[in-house]
Amino acid sequence: MSAASDDDIIIRVRGLTTRFGSQTIHENLDLDVRRGEVIGIVGGSGTGKSVLLKEIIGLMQPTEGKIEVLGQDVTADPEGRDIDLRQRWGVLFQEGALFSSLTLQQNVEVPMRELSDIPESLMEETARVKIAMVGLPPDSAVKFPSELSGGMKKRAGLARALALDPELLFLDEPTAGLDPIAAAKFDELIKHLRESLGLTVVMITHDLDSLYAICDRIAVLVDKRAKVGRLEELLADDHPWIREYFHGPRGRAAAAGKTA
Amino acid sequence: MKIVDAARTNADPDLSDPDAQDAGSWDVEADDDRLTILVRGHWDLRMALRADAELRETDLGGAARGVIDLTAVSMLDTMAALVVMRLARRIEATGATVELRVADSAHRSLLEQVEQAQIPPPPRRRMNALTERVARVGKWAVLMATDTRDLLAFFGELCVVLLRIVRHPRRLRFVSMVANMQAVGLNAVPIVGLLSFLIGVVLAYQGADQLRRFGAEVFTVNLLTISVLREIGILMTAIIIAGRSGSSFTAQIGTMKINQEVDAMRTMGLDPMEVLVVPRVLALALTLPLLGFYSDIMGLLGGALMCRLNLGINFDAFLNQMNQVLAIYDTSLWVGLAKAPVFAVVIALVGCFHGLEVSGSAESVGQRTTISVVQAIFIVIVLDAIFSIVFSALQI
Repeated sequence: MSAASDDDIIIRVRGLTTRFGSQTIHENLDLDVRRGEVIGIVGGSGTGKSVLLKEIIGLMQPTEGKIEVLGQDVTADPEGRDIDLRQRWGVLFQEGALFSSLTLQQNVEVPMRELSDIPESLMEETARVKIAMVGLPPDSAVKFPSELSGGMKKRAGLARALALDPELLFLDEPTAGLDPIAAAKFDELIKHLRESLGLTVVMITHDLDSLYAICDRIAVLVDKRAKVGRLEELLADDHPWIREYFHGPRGRAAAAGKTA
Repeated sequence: MKIVDAARTNADPDLSDPDAQDAGSWDVEADDDRLTILVRGHWDLRMALRADAELRETDLGGAARGVIDLTAVSMLDTMAALVVMRLARRIEATGATVELRVADSAHRSLLEQVEQAQIPPPPRRRMNALTERVARVGKWAVLMATDTRDLLAFFGELCVVLLRIVRHPRRLRFVSMVANMQAVGLNAVPIVGLLSFLIGVVLAYQGADQLRRFGAEVFTVNLLTISVLREIGILMTAIIIAGRSGSSFTAQIGTMKINQEVDAMRTMGLDPMEVLVVPRVLALALTLPLLGFYSDIMGLLGGALMCRLNLGINFDAFLNQMNQVLAIYDTSLWVGLAKAPVFAVVIALVGCFHGLEVSGSAESVGQRTTISVVQAIFIVIVLDAIFSIVFSALQI
């Protein structure tokens, strides 16, 4: 990990502690995310995966510790923070979190509208490109979220997250609730987008197939800290939870699928 | 349009210092048969916007061959790629062939994706203003008709379920009913009381003002008693409750519908009518008459206070006069209160009906809640008018 130079680290979490009342979720957690990698965050339920994500994107304040994203401190007073940061990352929430009163096209245009000086026609075309990029048919642009299936909603959410060509993409369980074929396609999509747009991707996932297919490194949340490593390193780890996770029946099946 | 791979070229030597290299730039070179546009450097959104505005004014006509050279581009985002594609398309429109030279495979794939996404937007059917307006009225009328029909069907279904409950009283959700009675009845006591009191004050004040001209101040009490007991008390209560509880029924049930809680109930063999609607209807039917009675008392109290302050009619005299009025118009209280259960059923029915009609989105909850309140108040006032006619025909 020390091999990565300072420039390459896009997210730096140091000494993060999160407490809810008397309950400690994270204690002195460190995590680095390098530019251009896909990092998967895994952990049992209640280990604070979503909380960690929310803290990184500034929706929640940690109890202690420091989080730097793209060189800016997100735990500092939001007043002094560069608003640009939000234009440089995209977030895909679990159920897509599309605005239900807007069509898909309008949903994708929302982040662009925040930058007031983009001409309407360019916005419209860009939205169309993004919708095509995530593999949705062009006629879905005029549909409302309630008319889309679960898988399409995720793709639409991804299109919105990509609207401003972010450097950094956060995904919260992108393949949860998708059938295996759709999930595999989604993995392919992320891989493809990452290559063509040079994204750094942070994804929370429970999908072992996704971990095998697209993650460069994996951060396992155990014992209130993050254990980060490449898949091979974690496979050799002897922490009981990590062993059970990767060597349980599902872990073995995913591994077999990868080598087959 | 062709996208071809080419060797990477460096930006101009004078752009070699890192600060200058960061900015994007372009050059247009034209000779007789060839138009070359050299695109260099960092092309992000801002750059794309500037280029789009300026390139629009550049003359592109004349050449037989157009080349857009992107080999010196260090960074290209989607909007910049779009602007480049637009430019290429405009050159093509002059009859020239266009070649895009790229050195970076990521840029190539981005340009290809942008090109593929150029499928024209789905045609939007435009109607002229008049037909559109007529169509809107038509749609609205059909919606009203089907809504009314569905509401009547819903009322029928409610009656069937109520009959079933009469035969099997164990099917009644007693706890849910009592909880609803607290929410719609007990918790509404302060607001209903306050508003009724104020209405009593206003009515007495206005009445006294007019009647004093005839020296008939004391008839203010008659005016107050009859109007509050027969009409105002119960109507005010019904309107407040329609706004307060009818809306909450719609929003509650609508949100449950979106969460698929209603579907879950159905699959478990629970009838939403029995679980959600009946307890609410019964709770309101039981509490609205009580609230109406309470509103009558508060209205009369407000009037009595005003009579005391404004006309010097003290409390005893007020009660005395009231008794005399009620000796003649002895049905007033019952005429008012008899309407309460009917209004209650209407409010609860309309609230629950629109809750179950919610579909899809959060926006639908808002729309249905609005419709529910407006419709409930509308029906309550229409029914009140019908009651007046019927009662006067019956000479009650």
